[in-house]
Amino acid sequence: MTLLEIRGVSKTFRTLRALDGVDIDVRAGTFHGLIGPNGSGKSTLLKAIAGAHFADSGAIRFEGREITRATPYERARAGLSLKFQITAVLPELSVYDNVLLATQSGGSLPRLLLSSSRRALDSEVSALLERFRLIDRADDLAGELSHGQQQWLEIAMALALRPKLLLLDEPTGGMSPEERHVTGELLQPIKAHCSLIIVEHDLHFIRDICDQLTVLDQGKVLDQGDVGTIQRSPKVQQVFTTRV
Amino acid sequence: MLSATGSELSTGSKDTQVTRGGGSSALRRVLPYVEAAVLALALAVPFVLSERTDLVTLATNVLILSLLAISFDLCWGLSGIMSFGQALFFGVAGYAIALVGRDLEFSELWATLPLAMLVGLLLSALFAAFLLLGRKPPTSIFVALGTLTGSYAAERLVSGWQYVGAGNGLSSVKLLKLGSYEFVEGTAFYFLALTVLLLVYAGARFLKQSQLGLVLAGMRQNEERLAFFGYRVQLFKALVFSLAGMVAGLGGALYSYHQGFIGPGNMGPGLSTTAVLYCLFGGSGTLIGPILGTATVEVLSYVLSDVDAIKPIWPVILGLILLGVVMFQPKGILGLLVSDRERIGSYGRRRPGK
Repeated sequence: MTLLEIRGVSKTFRTLRALDGVDIDVRAGTFHGLIGPNGSGKSTLLKAIAGAHFADSGAIRFEGREITRATPYERARAGLSLKFQITAVLPELSVYDNVLLATQSGGSLPRLLLSSSRRALDSEVSALLERFRLIDRADDLAGELSHGQQQWLEIAMALALRPKLLLLDEPTGGMSPEERHVTGELLQPIKAHCSLIIVEHDLHFIRDICDQLTVLDQGKVLDQGDVGTIQRSPKVQQVFTTRV
Repeated sequence: MLSATGSELSTGSKDTQVTRGGGSSALRRVLPYVEAAVLALALAVPFVLSERTDLVTLATNVLILSLLAISFDLCWGLSGIMSFGQALFFGVAGYAIALVGRDLEFSELWATLPLAMLVGLLLSALFAAFLLLGRKPPTSIFVALGTLTGSYAAERLVSGWQYVGAGNGLSSVKLLKLGSYEFVEGTAFYFLALTVLLLVYAGARFLKQSQLGLVLAGMRQNEERLAFFGYRVQLFKALVFSLAGMVAGLGGALYSYHQGFIGPGNMGPGLSTTAVLYCLFGGSGTLIGPILGTATVEVLSYVLSDVDAIKPIWPVILGLILLGVVMFQPKGILGLLVSDRERIGSYGRRRPGK
């Protein structure tokens, strides 16, 4: 079943054509990698999917529903969740409160005012912190975490929304090889209930966790398919050997 | 191909060693003690100053203006909405109850104070709809200028409107009544203002410490991030802005009854900016800080204006003191005692030993 359909999406920043007629299908239950040289449009595409900016033309459908002009709020409510490239944890709140803030986002205004879900959500927040190896830092400020731990916190927050599709923009940026390995292990179990689109420069990482890949170059889809197909693609090899 | 290029494309590793704990993590609670001390002081004032009615009047004025300061703190300190127009809601509500008293001969507490709250709420909700609920999230500058303009325009409007007394304002405002009892300046009005302030403070404190308060704390730090969590950030802002307008309206009504007067200056940028100063001087985001700020600024004004040697220049001296605090102690006088961690708040369970 197709979860996300992207049809002819284009985006121009002044004179720069960042995306040029991109077509991608993401199936439910798959991990989909977006790769390509710097400036190929990967992050722009991810942001267009999440609603950080709108596509100039084309259509984006999520579970068959048109979301091309939907606000980030509407997309989040529909089941899309984005982890930013630059970590955007809330540094002056505790690690626990960061995850609680994400977890409680589905609550109504009266419930939030009466704090009626705080206790009920505790086990969910604690489980996420445990899973992402942050439980010992739960009471520390998010701004005090190491860069790698902030990335994990970001992923935990994105997952706290119980999304159907998680969008990860360079989740291992700035991480040590060991942390990257752990990140891969942390992401694998979510496949049972959530699809993933991931932008990542670390191709080892991408190869290990993704089922499908789309290669972007100069805002266009150069090639797409499973990992084996992309590894053998002459077009892709040419781009990566000449321009990366 | 992927394996050949992967290592070259990977970013370098970073040191991930972290130090545990840290000063900012240790939550040292000071605010409850400050709150208790302020409450004790507020309860003692009428008894200690019973011989000096002028000082009881000053203290009552501090309590009433504290409502305006809390109104601004709800906007800025808790939610990151820079409003330079809180006096607008204060003044319009003050005018509304003065007109009800003059034209309808009515000033019953049980109806006029809720009316003032309603006026403040509806007017601020109207402003929120224009300033905050557009398709694109507004910038802080846009909101600051929008509220400032509203405050200025309202001041100019009433200054030229004969029905509301034009530049002279409305004087001889009918006394606030509860049945046959009339609240005149003095201890009874003081305790009425204190009761109202305590109720508003308790409500604001409840809001700050609730899960909604966590949303506001997050919104103040990074509202874009909150939108991606699925929060309707602008709606939350509009809600807090409207509640703050309601609190300002309540303050305006009490001010009008207490002073027996309301004028254009009570809704203009001058008083709006003073509310900002009360809050910054005391310590924004703490709720009790703005009350301390109001008390300090008003008492300083009273004392300085009464000293013969500096009578002609006391506003300059007050201005320099305010400037000094805002420049060199931007977290206000409470910032000397209260940590950022406590000011912002902690919402989840603390787990010692984990």
